[in-house]
Amino acid sequence: MTTNRRDFLTAAVTAAGAALTPEIPHTHTHDHEHQAVPSDLTLRVKALESLLVEKGLVDRAAVDALVDTYEHKIGPRNGARVVAHAWVDPAYKARLLADANDAMSDFGYLSKQGDRMVVVENTPSVHNLIVCTLCSCYPWPVLGLPPVWYKSAPYRSRSVIDPRGVLREFGLDLPADIEVRVWDSTAELRYLVLPERPAGTEHLSEEQLAALVTRDSMVGVTKVSPPQPGSSS
Amino acid sequence: MNGIHDMGGMQDMGPIEYEKNEPVFHAPWESRVFAMFLAAGAWRKWNLDAFRHTREVLPPDDYLRVSYYEQWFSGLRDLLVKRGLVTTAEIESGVPAPGVPKATPPLTPDKIPAVLPNRIRAKRDVQVSPRFEVGQRVRARNINPVGHTRLPRYARGKFGMVDRDHGVFVFPDTNAHFLGEKPQHVYSVRFAARELWGEQAPQKDSVYLDMWDDYLDPA
Repeated sequence: MTTNRRDFLTAAVTAAGAALTPEIPHTHTHDHEHQAVPSDLTLRVKALESLLVEKGLVDRAAVDALVDTYEHKIGPRNGARVVAHAWVDPAYKARLLADANDAMSDFGYLSKQGDRMVVVENTPSVHNLIVCTLCSCYPWPVLGLPPVWYKSAPYRSRSVIDPRGVLREFGLDLPADIEVRVWDSTAELRYLVLPERPAGTEHLSEEQLAALVTRDSMVGVTKVSPPQPGSSS
Repeated sequence: MNGIHDMGGMQDMGPIEYEKNEPVFHAPWESRVFAMFLAAGAWRKWNLDAFRHTREVLPPDDYLRVSYYEQWFSGLRDLLVKRGLVTTAEIESGVPAPGVPKATPPLTPDKIPAVLPNRIRAKRDVQVSPRFEVGQRVRARNINPVGHTRLPRYARGKFGMVDRDHGVFVFPDTNAHFLGEKPQHVYSVRFAARELWGEQAPQKDSVYLDMWDDYLDPA
């Protein structure tokens, strides 16, 4: 290799600077070899962190805490608790659909005046699917950070033009009479699907219900499956 | 900008690759880039629209080839320099320029719980009259700005119906370029799948897009 990721990133920064003056052509050069994440990248990220810490721009303890928060504290279990609560409490469900910020503030996941979220409800006749065709918008406070497939070109491109085909790839073959609604997160609203409560779960506690709710069901690419015979719930 | 990022409706991108039990981050450097971006963002020297634009202007082949957090790393460096927090020379050398006072105070761990629920900060509590009302028929404008926009190509020129009014938000087309917030109403607009994709689309299906006032005309 005569050029590497450093060249790419340098070129990218240059290109970014040039983007507002479109008469300047992109003159970057780089190769197209695929490779594992180079240790070079690891080193450069470390170097940037050291620089930002030395300049007082970043507190390393805050970086550690943010990583810990999104690796261990904020994730789909948050959303699952909201969904399970909505399943058992119709008044809560009504609040959730009318004002998700207000309802989710009960759990401390959102603030009433903070970033906005919208919950859309799956029913026997309507199936909702969430996508961000333009980038990677995703309801972090209740699902954590998005999986790679959600941010990938195949999902982003096809979800709006062929949602039923996308759902089939996830194993969900919807009957023709179901209405599919795709929500393209083009603004600063974040969407969460309230999946249908599966049949045969009437005897389950809210906690047991929450254990059934998957991330994918809250993006709308799958449904919530009933408990498997012999499972702990 | 009619860039590769605006990929809604493309069909040749391959199958969706699903990873079972996917970790939140695939390498430690990804987590550091992610968290550094949030921590440095607390200085409020940029906004999310500006960050998105740093990724959109990557050359299209690079945009498709490099990993998500490499895009973030590139965007973070770009914004740090563009907004005057660090210099290119400092990034190259890894050492702060001599004589520059230390910035203070950075985001500290105790502030994180308060920051995260209000990370995006795009809603504005200002009185702006909505140009449209719920139930109104609208048409997405056919605009092709060379800068940032959140009006995807696949919806331009298409007819839809205002489903709900989300209130007033900053306008990405100007905000991304630090040209002002231009606060205005954002609506969920329902577009029939057939309006977007033609008669082969299922009759009842639809796509909802969030649209700013400046993206819409009455129809």
